[in-house]
Order: sequence, then C-alpha cells, then structure tokens
Amino acid sequence: MDRRLERILPKVQKPARYVGGEYNAVMKDKADVDVRFAFCFPDTYEIGMSNLGFRILYGVMNDMPGVWCERVFAPWTDMEAELRGNGIPLFALESGDSVADFDIIGFSVGYEMAYTAMLNMLDLAGLPLRSADRPGLSPLVVAGGTAMYNAEPVADFIDLALIGEGEDQLPELIELYRRAKKEGWDKPRFLRAACRIGGVYVPSLYDVTYHKDGTIAAITPLDGAPERVYKRVVHDMDKSYYPARTIVPSTEIVHDRVTLEVFRGCIRGCRFCQAGYVYRPVRNRSVDQLIQYGQEAVRDSGYQEMTLASLSTSDYPGLVRLCDGLSAFCEDHHVNLSLPSLRADNFSMELMQRLQNGRKAGLTFAPEAGTQRLRDAINKNVTEDELTESLKTAFSGGWNSVKLYFMLGLPTETDEDVLGIAEIAKHAVHTWREYASNKNRGLRITVSTSWFVPKPFTAFQWEAQISREEYERRVKLLREAITAKAVTYNWHDGDTSFLEAILARGDRRLCKVLETAFRKGAKLDAWSDCFDLNRWLEAFAECGLDPAFYANRERSRDEIMPWSVISCYVSDQYLWHQRELAYRSVTTPDCRTQCGGCGASCVEGGECYRG
Amino acid sequence: MGKLRLFFVKEGRAAYISHLDLLRTFQRVFLREGIVLRHSQGFHPHPIISFAMPLPVGQESDCEILDFETNGDIDTAALPARLNSGMPEGIAALACAEPVLPVRELAALSCKVDLLYDSCVPSGAAEKIAALLGGGSVVIQKRTKHKSLADVDIRPMIRDLRLEEAPGVLRLYAVVSAQNPGLNPALLAAAVEKYLPELSPDFVRVRRLAVLDGSGASFR
Ligand code: SF4
Ligand code: SF4
Repeated sequence: MDRRLERILPKVQKPARYVGGEYNAVMKDKADVDVRFAFCFPDTYEIGMSNLGFRILYGVMNDMPGVWCERVFAPWTDMEAELRGNGIPLFALESGDSVADFDIIGFSVGYEMAYTAMLNMLDLAGLPLRSADRPGLSPLVVAGGTAMYNAEPVADFIDLALIGEGEDQLPELIELYRRAKKEGWDKPRFLRAACRIGGVYVPSLYDVTYHKDGTIAAITPLDGAPERVYKRVVHDMDKSYYPARTIVPSTEIVHDRVTLEVFRGCIRGCRFCQAGYVYRPVRNRSVDQLIQYGQEAVRDSGYQEMTLASLSTSDYPGLVRLCDGLSAFCEDHHVNLSLPSLRADNFSMELMQRLQNGRKAGLTFAPEAGTQRLRDAINKNVTEDELTESLKTAFSGGWNSVKLYFMLGLPTETDEDVLGIAEIAKHAVHTWREYASNKNRGLRITVSTSWFVPKPFTAFQWEAQISREEYERRVKLLREAITAKAVTYNWHDGDTSFLEAILARGDRRLCKVLETAFRKGAKLDAWSDCFDLNRWLEAFAECGLDPAFYANRERSRDEIMPWSVISCYVSDQYLWHQRELAYRSVTTPDCRTQCGGCGASCVEGGECYRG
Repeated sequence: MGKLRLFFVKEGRAAYISHLDLLRTFQRVFLREGIVLRHSQGFHPHPIISFAMPLPVGQESDCEILDFETNGDIDTAALPARLNSGMPEGIAALACAEPVLPVRELAALSCKVDLLYDSCVPSGAAEKIAALLGGGSVVIQKRTKHKSLADVDIRPMIRDLRLEEAPGVLRLYAVVSAQNPGLNPALLAAAVEKYLPELSPDFVRVRRLAVLDGSGASFR
C-alpha cells in the first residue's frame, strides 16, 4: 500500500472504503494491459458500489483482454482534506495508481446533483476541468448514465458523452481508443471518429447559438458530426452481461445484496418520469436465466439477501414463476428475497405476504398525487380503491408502518389535489382502525412529498417548475391539513429540487456556473450537509445568468431544447401529445395493453411487444 | 461438529476492515464454501462466530483467532485453503483445529510496534525508550471497560520488551497482557509521545505476532 495513504487512513472515517482489495475486485498484470480505464462514480463508495449498472460495466470492461477497469469514488470531505493536505492525487482502488495516468476516465452520472462531484474528482486528480485545456488524447474524459441524456451542463468538461446503455457501446469506444493510441492519433481526430459510434455525443462538435432572449437559435453539427445521436440499448437481455460474480465489499454499503435485474424499461408511461421514457422499450430477462443467475450470485458472494430490481417489478410477466423458482433455493440457503418498487395492487400484496414470511419491513407506495384527476393527468394509473385494498391486505397481514410518496407542484395541480394527499392519509388511518390484525403496536404512516422537477424527455419537459413561494405555500397547506397523530409529514427541502430543475434542463452556458459554484466549494451537492444553494445563486449572479430562466419558465412547443441533438427514440410529437392528454386528464394505456406508437419500437425493428 | 478455532492473518488492505465488517465478511466467506454455521437459538438467531480479541482498525496481525461452530462435519486440515479462495486481499486462514484452551486463558500478546522516523531515528532513542518502558511506572490515559478515559499505569502490563534499530525505524518487540486488563500495543507509542515528546515518531505501525497462554506457550 502507498506509504502516504497509510499515513492518512487512520485519520479518516470508514477507511475501508478507500483501500480496495475486496473479494472479486479485479487485479491485472500491467504488462498485459494496454488500455486502463478509471471508472469514476461521482459519489461515495457506499452509493457507487450499490449501483448495478456500475457493476455491470466494470465486469464488461474487465472481460475485455488487455483492458483493466478500476474503480474510483468521491472521497468524503475528511478524506478529501487529507488528500489535498498531503498532495496525494486521486487514485484508483485496485492498483492505487493516480487517476491522471489512466487512458480513459469514465464517469457514471445518474443524477444532476453529482456534477460538482465530477469536477471535484477531476480536480483531485490534478487535471484541468475543461476538455479544451486537456489537449492530449489521454486521459480521455467520458461520461454516461441517465443524467447524460442532457449533457449540456457538463459539455465543456467532458470529451464525449455515452448515451443509453453502455454494454456494447463502451467496448466499441475502447477498441477505437486502443487503435488511436497505437496509431498515435491526436484528440480531435479521435473525437471525429468516435462520434460515428452509435450513441456517442461529442459536445465540442456542435456549435450552439442563442437568441437575444436566451433561448437557443441553432445547434449546428461541425466536422461531419451526426445531426442526431440516438441512444444505445441492449436488445436481448438474455444475451447481455450479468455480474453473477461481483465485488463483495468488505464494509457495509447501501444495497448490500444480490440484485437481479428482471427487466429494463417500464410499460407504464407516467408522464413525469424520465426513466420511464428514456429506458423504453421494456426488455425482459427470462425466468430461467434469472433463477440461474440468482443461485450463482448467492453461491459466489455469500450474500443472504436478494432483491428483484427493475423500474416496476410487479410488471414482470414471470414474477410468480420466478419467485416460486427461487423460493426453495432461498429457503435452503437462508436467503431473504425482497421486492422493491411494487405497485399498490392486490397481486403485489399477495406476493409480498408470501415472501416476507414473518418479516414485516415497512411498506412503500407512491401514488404521487392526491386526487384521481391529477393521477390521471400524470398517467399514474393507481386508483384510490386499489390503494385502499392494498392497505387492507397489509394491515390485516400485520404490517403497521406505511410510507406514502407524493409530488407537489405537478402540472395542473390545484389546492384540491394538495388536500387530497391529506385525505389519502386520513383514509389510511381509517383502514387501519378497521382492519389491523394487531393494534397494539400502533400505526405509523409517513407521508413524503417532493417538489416536482420537470425533466428532459418527458411529457412535462416544457413545463415550468412552480415558484419557491408557491411550493412553500402548498407544503404549508398540506402540513396544516394533516392532523392525525399517526401520520408524520416529511417534505423535501426546496433548495435541492430547485437546483435540480435548473441543471436538468440546462444548456451549456451553465458550465461556467458549475465551475464557479465548484470554486466556491460545491462538491458533494447530493449530500444535504454539504450542499449550499447560496454558492450557486452567487455563481449565477457572477455569470450573469438567471436561475428562473431554467427552472421556472414554460417552454414553447417550437423552442429548441438544449438536448435536441440527443434522441431516446421517443418522438417529440408523442411527448407533446402526452402533455395535451395530461391537461385533459386522459390516461394512456400501458405498453402491454396497447402500443401508443411512441417511437421506441424503432430500436426493436418496429415491434416492441411479442407476447 | 462442535467448536472450532481458525487462526488467520489480517494485514495490508484488510487491516482497515472494522470488527463488525470482518464478522460479516467471515459469515459470507463460510457461505461461499457452502459451510453452514450453527445458529443461536431464540427469536433472532445469529451465527455462532466470534473473534477472540478484536484487532483495532489499522493494526496487522499474524495470529487472529476466530471461534465458530458448524452443523456438519468438516475436514479441518483442508478448511484454510477452502476459505482462502473466497477471502478479501490481506486475510489468509492459516490453520483450523478444535480449541485447546478457552479464550479466557489467552494471557498475552507478542507484538511488534514500529516507530517510524522520516529523517532518522534520533540518537539515544532506543536507550531512553527502553528505560521508560522498563522503569517504574508509565501512566497514560486509557479507555476503561465503561468507555470513559482514566489514568492507568501500563507498566505492569508490559511483560517483556526488546528494541531493535533499523534505518528510519525503531522496532519494539513486546509481550503485553492480553486481557483483564489488556494492553493495546499502540499505547506503547502513546507513552513515548507523552513522556518523551522529543522522540515522537512520525508514524506508528502495530502488528500482533503471536498469542500466548499463561505459561508463555503458543495459545491454541
Ligand atoms: S411506474 Fe411510472 S414512475 Fe415508475 S418507472 Fe414506470 S413510468 Fe416511471
Ligand atoms: S413503441 Fe409502443 S409498446 Fe413500444 S415503448 Fe413505445 S408505446 Fe410502448
């Protein structure tokens, strides 16, 4: 171990997250390696190691001969201070080598609040933040993940973005890099070639001009860059890589268990949900393969927890067969099988009861809106009756703690909708009184509301986020309407959601705001104890930009969106139509009931659903 | 099968795995090999597995002890190699056998405390430190069982001490009491810092070398 590292580890909290060496961490002989990839997660070890996508791509890359992918996480503030204080550059966990010496530095960016952590990691590596200030081919700085569907706020920092799923695309990029390195290409030449790989977006190859009012006048491709960059997807889940042998951290992380990804995409089409649109279409893994992977992963890892993950696991067609197929094995190996992201319907509840034999962990439902009218408007197809039925089953089955999630500030929301949330909570209390099998333990209902953030590639991408004052008024309205003692009300702090609304639909002029905020100390904004909106407001003022322009402005139908070069195959017409339906509170059937012709079928050769 | 005792090394990167995390890690290592640990009875059954003497985070050891019970029969000679195929880097099982003595008879620890000096070992340091730790009393602050700090004379807990000087490092080879009360070898360095501040090292490395029974023989 590095002697300098040894000196600082005794001074920091949870040092085990900075040393690597975990079971299944991949070590390679540098003599056999010609491309070294520093896979950076712009958040802590505990969060990053809980991310299945990160584990998948780690495995995919390390399966490539001659390629060594190593992990890098954002250090916590105490560790950062030690690193900086002792002049130790950011290093990768496997080899301990400095990140700046790698060929490719790749960020996995799932959420906008991680942007400043990205900048901080580049800075800790001792690298210039801006792509233009890193003239050499290496290290090449790339970024992928859901947030990169709008890469504009980080456009000046990265060399390229990878849009969509990385399983096929990342190896193609690495092969191109390998060739470029061997043949001594310079960076511009490499980038011009890279933009021809499907799903690769090179921001510097697009010129953006603005109108006087700050909206975009035109985005012009340069040097033969494609007019549109289409996301990449894995077509056949059964043929795609699954990390059955994966790193088992030696210290506790957030999701410390076997995660089986049962499918990708979501059939539901909730109109606010970016994941629901950009991950289309739904692609299932087969039951048999999942059973096999589940067993392999438990045997290899020694985990005693397994979870079936997806955007909406109750929608997996083979769910019962899968649970039945796994249950004997799980019982034999004392493995506890859990199902997150369930819908509030009867089927899911029955399944829950069967699985949670004895264990009554808290139940979570996300009706998202307080009235049927608004739930229809956002296409969250859950009825109050379904919710009540689920609660009945839960309470009579012995559960006594329920969490309910809602959003405030959804388009078309009125005070009636806000008060409807309190009504739902009240109903839940009544249902408990009537049906609880065991009243002695008391009831705990938690109502949580977040502040709606309009996201790109959703039906609400044109919407304004409601103003701060209005959001606070609605919180107060709801707080005063929730009277039952058994109900606790939590609301999101507004600062984070406001910044999210700015960054989510930001253009590349935000790069200088980002850099300014970073210089003022923004670096782990995803953590409320490290986040301070004032830094950002100051940065906006210094850069002469108005945050409300990004967060609180309604866009017109013909406005050029900053991300309009990118396509997730779902057409703008479809999204706009969905928005119109929202204003009429008309729902859209799920993809399995009826195809709405969103455009995503293009990736599947024109056909989304086969049985 | 009844009670078993596993001896293992913990060093390098693994030195930073905390006590609780190590417990979890071992449970998984056994499961990787399909070895089912016996569980306690009761409402929240947990596997019967415990460390004889928890090792402070950051210290290394050649002589860690894990006591456990299994349900089935186990080839104890083959066990270390089996477990090692599923270990994190820096942990290595050495031997497994039925325990000879109960943990309460673990009397002493043989250990090595490296005092590192970045420029060079101050002249006369070895003699002064030997005199300090071999002298009358050495009172330093120490955590008691009740987690509060108290002044304790650690001199009676130092049973044997030998110093060795190498470039940039002064090695203290000590035998200290293991329990009732036990001495964390890192406190030998703390004593130097308190009584001989001019000899404060730039860094301290601690490694357990062997566990001993009351007669000074290897604890088994
Ligand atoms: S169910 Fe709705 S909110 Fe959940 S992932 Fe699917 S579309 Fe998004
Ligand atoms: S093409 Fe049809 S079935 Fe496929 S994702 Fe779009 S709406 Fe759903």
